[in-house]
Amino acid sequence: MTIDSKIQVRNVNVYYGNAQALYDVNLDIKSKEITSLIGPSGCGKSTFLRCLNRMNDVIEGCRVEGNITIDGENIYSKDKDPVLLRARVGMVFQKPNPFPKSIFDNVAYGPRIHGLAANTTELREIVENSLEQAGLMDEVKDRLNESATGLSGGQQQRICIARAIAVSPEVILMDEPCSALDPIATARVEELMGNLSINYTIVIVTHSMQQAARVSTRTAFFHLGHLVECDETNKIFTTPNDKRTEDYITGKVG
Amino acid sequence: MGNGKTNTELIAKSLEKRHRRQTRLKYYGLFSILLGITFLIILLGSITLNGYTALQQTVVQISVNISPDKVFDDNGNISEEVMYNTNWDGLAKKAFRQEFPDVVDRKEKRKLSDLISSNAGYDIKWMVSQNPSIVGKETKLWVKTSDDVDQLLKGRLTVNVPEEQRRLSNSQLKWVKNLTDKGIIKKQFNTVFFTSADSREPESSGILGAIIGSAIAMVVTMALALPFAVMAAIYLEYFAKPGKWTDFIEVNINNLAAVPSIVFGLLGLAVFLNFFELPRSAPLVGGMVLSLMTLPTIIIASRAAIRAVPSSIRDAALSLGASKMQAAVDHVLPLASPGILTGTIIGMAQALGETAPLIMIGMVVFLVDIPTGFTDAATALPVQIYIWSDSAERAFYERSSLAIMILVLFLITMNLLAVLLRKKFEKKW
Repeated sequence: MTIDSKIQVRNVNVYYGNAQALYDVNLDIKSKEITSLIGPSGCGKSTFLRCLNRMNDVIEGCRVEGNITIDGENIYSKDKDPVLLRARVGMVFQKPNPFPKSIFDNVAYGPRIHGLAANTTELREIVENSLEQAGLMDEVKDRLNESATGLSGGQQQRICIARAIAVSPEVILMDEPCSALDPIATARVEELMGNLSINYTIVIVTHSMQQAARVSTRTAFFHLGHLVECDETNKIFTTPNDKRTEDYITGKVG
Repeated sequence: MGNGKTNTELIAKSLEKRHRRQTRLKYYGLFSILLGITFLIILLGSITLNGYTALQQTVVQISVNISPDKVFDDNGNISEEVMYNTNWDGLAKKAFRQEFPDVVDRKEKRKLSDLISSNAGYDIKWMVSQNPSIVGKETKLWVKTSDDVDQLLKGRLTVNVPEEQRRLSNSQLKWVKNLTDKGIIKKQFNTVFFTSADSREPESSGILGAIIGSAIAMVVTMALALPFAVMAAIYLEYFAKPGKWTDFIEVNINNLAAVPSIVFGLLGLAVFLNFFELPRSAPLVGGMVLSLMTLPTIIIASRAAIRAVPSSIRDAALSLGASKMQAAVDHVLPLASPGILTGTIIGMAQALGETAPLIMIGMVVFLVDIPTGFTDAATALPVQIYIWSDSAERAFYERSSLAIMILVLFLITMNLLAVLLRKKFEKKW
């Protein structure tokens, strides 16, 4: 157990009804770096990601066993409110899902419900700062009151990132954030992730091994609900310990 | 590969058969639609043919000279009391009989008087109170004829039968013909029908009382059913833990939607009237009963509308730290509202056409006054149709048809509104 690990996952088992989706997962996620989760479809990496902000709670019949701690606090203990947890652990989804409201209202929603801004000037600052961090300010500064659904896919996804940042989370979870984007938009989001990792702990699920190799410091490989191994990204893609990892990254399975 | 044919040949062979089958099914569908439309046209057509004549009312011109002492008090002011004591009915009949000075026999005179509405006197009184300047001089006034004369001139009275089987006698027919020849009898737009409540006399009866009664009941229905239904739908979609209880509630909501409306009427009678002792015949209670009836319809529509909002929107809100309620109220409800509204309007249209539960709670009443509040005795549009269709007079028959046309008009408008709202706010994802 290293001192600088932000999130510690111990013996986590996840069930959907009677079907087990994750088996005994143990993983440490380090602070302020990017960790990729890779693996074939249905291996449980998205399920794992959703454990970290308890989004699995809203899925009917989903049950999580084991211990997940963030900064030493067990997020699944009875007295922990998932609402507070989700303010600390933001999430970006596979498909861009801006609210059908104005760009400003999208980004301002989080600060508004949590009462983070004392007045409209402060709220405006938060929104502009978040859009700035998401690298979107120059593109949208003249149309903050236009609907966010009118933007391009890549812009929508960066709105979603700005929206997550606006709550000042400590951790940002990204569930295949680029799978619906073209290569140029993907490149922009990847560049953005690099910048964000200076301040935020980022966990990203991706299908693209190149993306994992490009952006992440550490990579975890999941297979059939088991965490096979987790190590420095370089090591995973050059000299993995496990045969299954090697088969997957060399394209023999998956 | 049977019979040495290639797959392409086999497919080509079966293709012809499949095409024929598709064409046949297409025509079956078209036939069903045409059949439906035909019956709709027949139905609406027959109602319209029966009802459009009620838009007009026959009136006859009489010449009256009302002496001032029948209207004004000693100080020369118009006085309710003086007017109350005046025999308006006799005045109207006498004025009308002046047209036929040669009728002297008492029995014949009565028959002659029967040609004008028995409410003609009230009409003259009303005209005087509106315009007192007609008093004290010879004035020509148009008053309503009796419903039999009205029906005769609209060609709805059978005349080629023996006199004793007829609503009008030979001499009465002759007098009407005389009036027609003199040109002092005419049909005019039936304003009374749209401005008054029910009456024993068809020519004085109107639909406004029933429309207002229905409107008040609808306001109550909407105010009760919509908020409760939306709250129930949000609870079931967002908070209810799946399990036996939730299943039980779900099944029962669907069952409630299928319960015959008269059962809701009985429930209203037993609970609202007998137990809570709310006023009988009141549109308040009518609205309460109808809201019970529409509640399941709106719940089902609201749940469908809430479920149609992509879960990604809800997930986005939750992932930002919104509570379930915030996610529902801030994001899902606004997006679901067109669907909820559509369901509500359709539910309301159903409630508007409902008769049975209203009969059970006593809204089937004969009322000459237009209701002015939630607890006034009132009747409703479909109940008014029911009352009139049950009446003996031929003139009520056309009035009930016209009332049906108005009810259908309301229903079509509401459904059209629902379609338009859905079209306008429909979101593509």
